[in-house]
Amino acid sequence: MKPNDDESERSALSRRRFFNSMAAGAGGAALIAGPGEGRDPRLEAPPDRAETIRIPLTVNGRQHSLTVEPRWTLLYALREQLGLTGTKPGCERGECGACTVLIDGQVRYACMTLAVEAAGASITTLEGLMRGEELGPVQQAFAQEDAFQCGYCTPGQAMSAEGLLRKSPNPSVDEIREEMSGNLCRCGAYPHIVKAVQRAASMRKGGVS
Amino acid sequence: MNPKPWGDTAVVGKPVSRIDAYERLSGAAIYSLDVLLPDMLHAAILRCPHAHAIVKKVDASAALAMPGVRAVLTDADQEARIPWHPDAQGKPVSRLFDPHCRCEGEEVAAVAAETPQQAADALRRIRVEYETRPFVIEMEAAHRAGATQVHDGGNYVYPPGTGDTERGDVAKGFAEADVVLEETYRTSCEIHTTMEVHGSVAKWDGKRLTVWNTTQGVFDDQAALAAALKMPLSDVRVIGHYMGGGFGSKLNLGKYTVIAALFARKTGRPVKLFLSREETFLSVGNRPAHTMKLKAGVRKDGTLTALELNGIGTVGAYTDWTTVGYQVADLYLCPNVRVKELQVYTHAGQSRPFRAPGFPQCSWALEQMMDALAEKIGMDPVEFRLKNIAAVSQAEENKPYTSTGFAECLREGARVFGWRQARERKKGDGAWVRGAGMAGGMWGYAGGPPSTAIVRLYADGSVNLNIGASDLGTGTKTVMAMVVAEELGVPLDRIQIESADTATTQYTGASGGSKTVMVDSPAVRAAALEVKAALVQMAAGQLQAAASGLSLVNGEIVSADSPDKRVKVQDLKTLKEQQVVVGVGRRGPNPAGKVIRPFAAQFAEVEVNTRTGEMRVLRMAAAHDSGRVMNRLTYENQVFGGMTMGIGLAMTEQRILDRETGKMVNANWHDYKIPTMKDAPADMTCVAIDPHDHECDTTSTKGLGEPAMVPTAAAVANAFYHATGVRMTSAPITPAEAIAALSKRRKG
Repeated sequence: MKPNDDESERSALSRRRFFNSMAAGAGGAALIAGPGEGRDPRLEAPPDRAETIRIPLTVNGRQHSLTVEPRWTLLYALREQLGLTGTKPGCERGECGACTVLIDGQVRYACMTLAVEAAGASITTLEGLMRGEELGPVQQAFAQEDAFQCGYCTPGQAMSAEGLLRKSPNPSVDEIREEMSGNLCRCGAYPHIVKAVQRAASMRKGGVS
Repeated sequence: MNPKPWGDTAVVGKPVSRIDAYERLSGAAIYSLDVLLPDMLHAAILRCPHAHAIVKKVDASAALAMPGVRAVLTDADQEARIPWHPDAQGKPVSRLFDPHCRCEGEEVAAVAAETPQQAADALRRIRVEYETRPFVIEMEAAHRAGATQVHDGGNYVYPPGTGDTERGDVAKGFAEADVVLEETYRTSCEIHTTMEVHGSVAKWDGKRLTVWNTTQGVFDDQAALAAALKMPLSDVRVIGHYMGGGFGSKLNLGKYTVIAALFARKTGRPVKLFLSREETFLSVGNRPAHTMKLKAGVRKDGTLTALELNGIGTVGAYTDWTTVGYQVADLYLCPNVRVKELQVYTHAGQSRPFRAPGFPQCSWALEQMMDALAEKIGMDPVEFRLKNIAAVSQAEENKPYTSTGFAECLREGARVFGWRQARERKKGDGAWVRGAGMAGGMWGYAGGPPSTAIVRLYADGSVNLNIGASDLGTGTKTVMAMVVAEELGVPLDRIQIESADTATTQYTGASGGSKTVMVDSPAVRAAALEVKAALVQMAAGQLQAAASGLSLVNGEIVSADSPDKRVKVQDLKTLKEQQVVVGVGRRGPNPAGKVIRPFAAQFAEVEVNTRTGEMRVLRMAAAHDSGRVMNRLTYENQVFGGMTMGIGLAMTEQRILDRETGKMVNANWHDYKIPTMKDAPADMTCVAIDPHDHECDTTSTKGLGEPAMVPTAAAVANAFYHATGVRMTSAPITPAEAIAALSKRRKG
């Protein structure tokens, strides 16, 4: 992982670029589209669509060039444009954490981030925690501790756990409860989630699973 | 003939990770909300913003002209005039887009467009003329003479007196008591707020309809949908492979499913219609608020002499059922009991079953009353309850229970929790004071037939298990696979499951009432036993041995008499010839003349800040008799989840309606608080009491999901009382309510 300072600067930059592009309209949009993609994005818009913008987006290490409406959330782009439905909508207003992803390594709600805001950033979703066809350590720990019931909030829980462990490889129970409290679980699997995060911490350090 | 009960088990009862953990953790599980079909449209519903209004006119012309909009539906469309909301006699009183809106959130029109954003834009352009009407939102007000009527004929859902029960001589019982207490308790209206919002994807192929629905029961939906659209069952397929939580709110077919189907037929394209989070607070059910006046008499030796409950609850604007009295009439030995309950209509969202409907509310009253009585007679609350254990179901004509582990729950729960030490622990003299409380409880329903399951064993000995049940997150699929593994000795990773699809799986009722394991696991066991019997028959022919002397052990059929006579399943000639063995299992009837009930006791230790009114639940312990434990890992998880939900009832959850407008003011998760990880204690323990019930069903199971939250809130309230000496009779105990009560006591 890159250090955090670097990343917050990058996300600030992308936010600034977003607002610039909004002010400049289509010209600004072409500007952020990057080299070789200078066509008027409106010509590429599907019929009946609002004005669209082409953005670069790196998701789970793969680079995409997406045509998005400025109002589309990152959540919508991930699910409906890229078909990555591991990231779940729960409230679409930043209350529940079901859509949690990592943006440049930081834990973020994908429903509270516009797709254009994430342009140029590196996004990690649940699918990105996989090791090929195998579950990654956090996912394995969730399976072993039975840290879910219906499993719908689970992608968000797993991403928050991943973000927490990247930042703090050895979290205390209090730290886990604090950091994970932005992810609601209506089934109430919380005690098992705490255990899963602890197990994942040990697995990430090469402990026995 | 029923198979023998299991003795020692090799798989059942062990802690086993879920059989679908990979799918749920990798993102491979496709929930209904994840279904993406080519050429799919997105629909959205326009809802009435008033508590009570008549729709005079709907003008959707501007919406239809919006970019991407493909269709609009209103009450003007003949195909949308589908009857809805049956009254107590079963006669529909409303329709899909009824112009008479009896609560905020009623469906007025709907739009289908290329993108969800375009559908949302178009909704704003539909012009509706409403004539607002007076409304009544408080149940006590709806009950008063001359109240605004929700329906013609008054605000009683059922005539007063319906369902009231009485036994013994209540007046005599109170006269014989040494102590009589009376108190009025209240619980608030709670919203289910499943993590996956309600919705459907609908697609037509000619006359056939396929619906992906987030549901607790695909077959119930299929029947309701076929009735609504006047189609044969064979033309309606409902699929619900993965669903993100139900808790009762996904037992009923939603209007959204029908609207999606109508749009899909109208446009000739697949249509996705999912509600917004805010809509789910208004339109897909709730646990109704309840007011319970409870009077109880007890003798100094701890004998209950009389119980009397007067309850009132509201179903909201349309018919449902909300009564709470069962535990008053059944849980504790008491010869003289009267239960009177009123159910009224109000101009608010219709209730739906919510995890043990009626029971946590009743516990809130009954278990706080038991706590107060115990204190009055100077008896320990656990001892007091142990003194009043019933061996028969007093609410069901004194029929015996197939088993009751209630006493064991109380004793073992107290031991595991460290009850005595917790009660004697110093409460503290600073701002924070500690206390411990407990409560008992039960669940008043048992599932029964029908349920059919199919087990197919392939030529290599691996298995396909076919069940109609939905796995709500309770671990149903895993438990059913464990039953197959137990009987056939097939490892879990060689069992594939097909579930919750009306076209490819077999009938079972919706997963509600904690019935799934007790109804479907016996059917699965019967199917597996049929496969086993067929394999033994094949081996008998091949080994020239009597079938009665053969048994299936570790994938081999072995003769007990001559152990050299053995054959591996995959070496059975007949199996090789036919390539598959199919076993069909059915759920048999429940035992006649007996009552199947699960029981529980829960314990809580809390600390309360007497200056701010904040409360923290420090730890909880639960002891449950739900019959046999099928999977120790998911069992424990479900109990912890039930307790977490109970903490919500006790401390945070409350629908708030504005008196001026009748509208819900906290229709979102920011203002309607469900417990977070910080609200639920990390220290939860659970002990399983197994009464070895060999009568309830062939897997000895009684149901766990609902009892898991029945006693919780009362245990927390009793702990609050123990800490502070203040009795909180209204749920939730918010800091504001608590500080008001605490300061009132200080002022004397």
